Amino acid sequence: MSLDAAIHVKRGHFALDVALQIAAGEVVVLLGPNGAGKTTVLHALAGLVLADAARVELDGEVLEDTAERVRVPTERRPVGLVFQDYLLFPHLSALDNVAFGMRCRGRSRTAAREQAKQWLQRVGLADRAEARPATLSGGQAQRVALARALAVEPRLLLLDEPLAALDAGTRVAVRSDLTRHLAGYGGCALAVTHDPLDAMVLADRLIVIEAGSVVQEGRPQDVARHPRTDYVARLVGLNLFRGTARGHEVALAGDAGSAVVPTATHGDVFVAFPPAAVTVHRSRPEGSARNVWPGRIAGLELHGDLVRVEVAGPPTVLADVTPAAVADLGLDPGGAVWVAVKATEVACYPA
Amino acid sequence: MILRLGKDRPPVALVAPAALATVFLALPLVGLVARAPWRDLGDQLTSPEVASALRLSLLAATMSTVVSLLLGVPLAWVLARLRFPGRGVVRALVMLPLVLPPVVGGVALLLVLGRRGLVGQWLDGWLGMSLPFTTAGVVVAETFVAMPFLVISVEGALRAADRRFEDVAATLGASRWVAFRRVTLPLVGPGVVAGAVLCWARALGEFGATITFAGNLPGRTQTMPLAVYIALESDPEAAVVLSLLLVAVSVVILVGLRERWIGAV
Repeated sequence: MSLDAAIHVKRGHFALDVALQIAAGEVVVLLGPNGAGKTTVLHALAGLVLADAARVELDGEVLEDTAERVRVPTERRPVGLVFQDYLLFPHLSALDNVAFGMRCRGRSRTAAREQAKQWLQRVGLADRAEARPATLSGGQAQRVALARALAVEPRLLLLDEPLAALDAGTRVAVRSDLTRHLAGYGGCALAVTHDPLDAMVLADRLIVIEAGSVVQEGRPQDVARHPRTDYVARLVGLNLFRGTARGHEVALAGDAGSAVVPTATHGDVFVAFPPAAVTVHRSRPEGSARNVWPGRIAGLELHGDLVRVEVAGPPTVLADVTPAAVADLGLDPGGAVWVAVKATEVACYPA
Repeated sequence: MILRLGKDRPPVALVAPAALATVFLALPLVGLVARAPWRDLGDQLTSPEVASALRLSLLAATMSTVVSLLLGVPLAWVLARLRFPGRGVVRALVMLPLVLPPVVGGVALLLVLGRRGLVGQWLDGWLGMSLPFTTAGVVVAETFVAMPFLVISVEGALRAADRRFEDVAATLGASRWVAFRRVTLPLVGPGVVAGAVLCWARALGEFGATITFAGNLPGRTQTMPLAVYIALESDPEAAVVLSLLLVAVSVVILVGLRERWIGAV
């Protein structure tokens, strides 16, 4: 069982071009900023938007092939979709919402409701079976929507921002529930989110898209350690530079100086290091750090219990320092400082 | 802090015309009540002519509402959901009976469905069926005039409804027909009821198209408005009683439905 899809959608100046493969039992998360085209990918896979060119094959069955003029309509695709704001039918009880799909597939009313009851039990909502959607909390509505999508036993499950509509408190609990349900689901799962934490927790594999194209793909831990775009670097909180390596020395792109890296390479590379590895000094440090750059403080922002200092270079570097250090060093916007990073803290990987 | 002195006193330029409009709308009703022959009211109301006109009016208005629902709801769906060439023309056709004098509508119906009409001659020749001057003709005339109210109201409700619910239904395996029946229709239910009430009220009061197309035969085609008009010539007191009765029926139905349905729209 697997999904193999290539989708091309053009809307005015926006062009979406995404190819995806998902193995059975695998959870792939599509991560990207708003407007990157994530939801369009889901809707194209479900057959809700007309792609300009697309080929979607699920378990060897062609659901769509624009070249061959094949297009299975949404209602006959073995695809479940959980919408961003869940969209439970407001006129039906939670139980009838879950039973709806089975009724459409020809089950009798009694059989469908019996099965729906079991699904509600599985998501821990057996006692809310007769409740109207308007009386459900956000977390409960999310679970009913998930049960409704899973009840028709789709071979491809699509989740559009499954946690975005929840408040911070319920989000943690629902996220771990969702991870559990996805682990128990045998088909292909594709979730869309713009939240890096949701993505890291849910994903077996991460696909990052920006402005309609895939910019990075890989295991969450690899993406987090080795970002390849500024967007991903910002999400995972790393300083990221492009450059050209010559041995241990990397000339940073845009005449931003040079950096010393722990392993010798040659050619185009990315250089990344965490803000916590950066130290800030009033005068040029004498210590062992190999990477030392002068700059001016462009901004200070409280980040957890640390202060994130933006030092405008070149290169422009983010540093995390304690509030005490800010006071001791008298860091003010506009002030001249030096930043230092040990070579061993710097990751360098081919571009 | 700035005190808004005008807040408690709305502008006279708006309130005075509003009051005048209210009086203007209320005065005819007051007139009816004031001139009603309260002493003979019982006798008048129980006369067989009144009873048969009332029965016929309620029957025809209800029948034409049923026909309007069966034909008008699908038409509203087509107008709201499908894109096809000539949609603008169809919508204009729906609006036409709203702006056309009902008498003209009646004449047009006669030309089409009359015994020598375009369609009527076939109905007469093949089925031996003739619509003019029958109760069925009353239903046809009332439907022609009243159905647009339903179509417009339901189309508006369909356009306002969140179409993504239909997408959800499709991903769960529902065909468009099932999605319409089990999701869309329940969601726009209040709009359909409001449209049906408007349609029924319009049909109940229909005069021009009915008298032109169906005539004025007591017991067969003479509805309340026709009876009122005729009575005005011969027995003005009876006209007042019939009018009061028509007002009472409309008010009772509208208020009753409003409480339950229209208020929720």
